[in-house]
Amino acid sequence: MSTQHSRTAARFMIAPATVLLLGWMLIPLCMTLYYSFRRYRLLTPDRTGWVGFRNYENFLTNPAFMDALVNTLVLVLGVLIITVVLGVLLAVLLDQPMFGQGIVRILVIAPFFVMPTVSALVWKNMFMNPVNGLFAYAAKAVGLQPYDFLSQAPLASIIGIVSWQWLPFATLILLTAIQSLDSEQMEAAEMDGASPLSRFWFITLPHLSRAITVVILIQTIFLLSIFAEILVTTNGGPGTASTNLTYLVYAESLLNYDVGEGSAGGVVAIILANIVAIFLMRMIGKNLDA
Amino acid sequence: MGNITLNQITKKFGEVEVIPPLDLQINDGEFVVFVGPSGCGKSTLMRLIAGLEDVTSGNIQIDGRDATETPPAKRGLAMVFQSYALYPHMSVRKNIAFPLRMAGMSKEEQDAKVEAAASVLNLSAYLDRRPGQLSGGQRQRVAIGRAIVREPAAFLFDEPLSNLDAALRVGMRMEISELHKKLATTMIYVTHDQVEAMTMADKIVVLQAGVIEQVGGPLELYHRPRNTFVAGFIGSPKMNLIEGPEAAQHNATTIGIRPEHIGVSTESGTWKGRVGVSEHLGSDTFLHIHDTGLCDLMTVRVSGEMNVHHGDTIYMTPEADKLHRFGPDGLRLD
Ligand SMILES: Nc1ncnc2c1ncn2[C@@H]1O[C@H](COP(=O)(O)OP(=O)(O)OP(=O)(O)O)[C@@H](O)[C@H]1O
Ligand SMILES: [Mg+2]
Repeated sequence: MSTQHSRTAARFMIAPATVLLLGWMLIPLCMTLYYSFRRYRLLTPDRTGWVGFRNYENFLTNPAFMDALVNTLVLVLGVLIITVVLGVLLAVLLDQPMFGQGIVRILVIAPFFVMPTVSALVWKNMFMNPVNGLFAYAAKAVGLQPYDFLSQAPLASIIGIVSWQWLPFATLILLTAIQSLDSEQMEAAEMDGASPLSRFWFITLPHLSRAITVVILIQTIFLLSIFAEILVTTNGGPGTASTNLTYLVYAESLLNYDVGEGSAGGVVAIILANIVAIFLMRMIGKNLDA
Repeated sequence: MGNITLNQITKKFGEVEVIPPLDLQINDGEFVVFVGPSGCGKSTLMRLIAGLEDVTSGNIQIDGRDATETPPAKRGLAMVFQSYALYPHMSVRKNIAFPLRMAGMSKEEQDAKVEAAASVLNLSAYLDRRPGQLSGGQRQRVAIGRAIVREPAAFLFDEPLSNLDAALRVGMRMEISELHKKLATTMIYVTHDQVEAMTMADKIVVLQAGVIEQVGGPLELYHRPRNTFVAGFIGSPKMNLIEGPEAAQHNATTIGIRPEHIGVSTESGTWKGRVGVSEHLGSDTFLHIHDTGLCDLMTVRVSGEMNVHHGDTIYMTPEADKLHRFGPDGLRLD
């Protein structure tokens, strides 16, 4: 397979794709780095020049920064916990033989096909709206005061919306993993006197550990950069109650017209994402070793 | 104690009746082997006894008590699966201790029992490994270990050796027989393999399409097969079954003669034929003989070597007292 010759050929053939990808990644990255050390305000575009670490200083000392950092972590962790726990339960449920299995499975996957802006708007206007929303209607029907989700509990509401979007992904991956569980192992455990609950705990869950790791890693990557859902529902508010790092970068560069500070925020976000990634790989990455 | 009685049990998968009404008595301490062609319902029957499948009708008694509705864990039986079904994320020690842990036994007691089982099965050196780090034979022993720590009333083995190579199979066969002698517990064993059935069993149950064709000791089945199916199934190479005028001479519809009960000569004999393929095993030679006018292909066993070639004419003489006679319904005539 890997003779000297074939390895050279392989390198030669993947070179164009590699160059394209590198360019795709490196050019924006380098430009972000470049701007993060420049003075570049859209309101006064003629005043430019190098400013050293000033942009970073401004971003990190911005009172919104700490809030955004905490919000980002709460958002990621909240969604991860909800999707993994519910995903495992749903996968176990969907694995049971039942009537209309195929249709039910497709229905479960459906939310994943709805684009984030649309699903967030649907939640905002059709469910969570305190006047016309279904939840308000339900609350009134049982004589309760309607609850204004997006202004009373903005972050929790966004966690709910994002979880709803990502639950299908988690369920699907975990379901395929459950289906690969050897049925004889389950029968052996049954004969060994394990109750359904201990079978779940001692056989199913360890079997799923690798799939759960994959779900956590992939979702973390996407959840760190949640943006559309916040933009169309709360605009990061009230105050900074639902601002995450991505949204803060957007707010700095495009709402405050300070591209320099926005770029510095982007670089900070990259560094933080890498720290999270290292932590994750340390904690659960060993599950991926065969 | 390990008496198991099956009364008129049946099993249907949907509309398909896999096991028609069936009775079977298994006595305490017996080594019972289920044999039969593929798909005849051996595994199903074993799973019914284990409780992994529900019977459609009839009842199962274990030690005189009705166990038909008892869940598998409460039947006091232990099963060794063909795929071993070890728990891959647990060490060997934890695998073996699992049934004890589920029974809520104390840690010290668990350890003591695991150590004891491991020393019986020569597993002591591997207790802290994962199943993935063991050879096939060692995994097999772990599966048996997990079964014996429970001290079950009976062991159920479903083709436990079919994933092992020939040499290992012989070794494990001896070990399981040894274990049976040592524990004196009822064992039910499913196999395809003639040799396993003949060498290990106290009692062989021959199944065809869910029906028990005959139950008996290995030699009883060999010497007195109850019908033509058992006659053809037990023994290797297969018994020669002859129909037509030759059988009529013996007042039978079918006569059977085993390859080892036919004498051969190049000069004279009762039957005449032409040599086809000869299989030389060193200790024996199996000759396949064509054009006898009796049946398609006749097999003859010759002790040691015999100097015949493809196409040679050969004469055969059956040992008269070793002839089996069967009636029009396929049943043995005496
Ligand atoms: N879950 C099931 N649903 C429907 N039919 C089944 C099921 N399990 C087994 N059968 C059928 O029951 C019959 C007996 O199967 P079983 O597994 O008991 O055969 P077996 O004697 O163990 O065969 P083998 O020697 O190949 O293991 C087969 O015809 C099989 O197709
Ligand atoms: Mg089988």
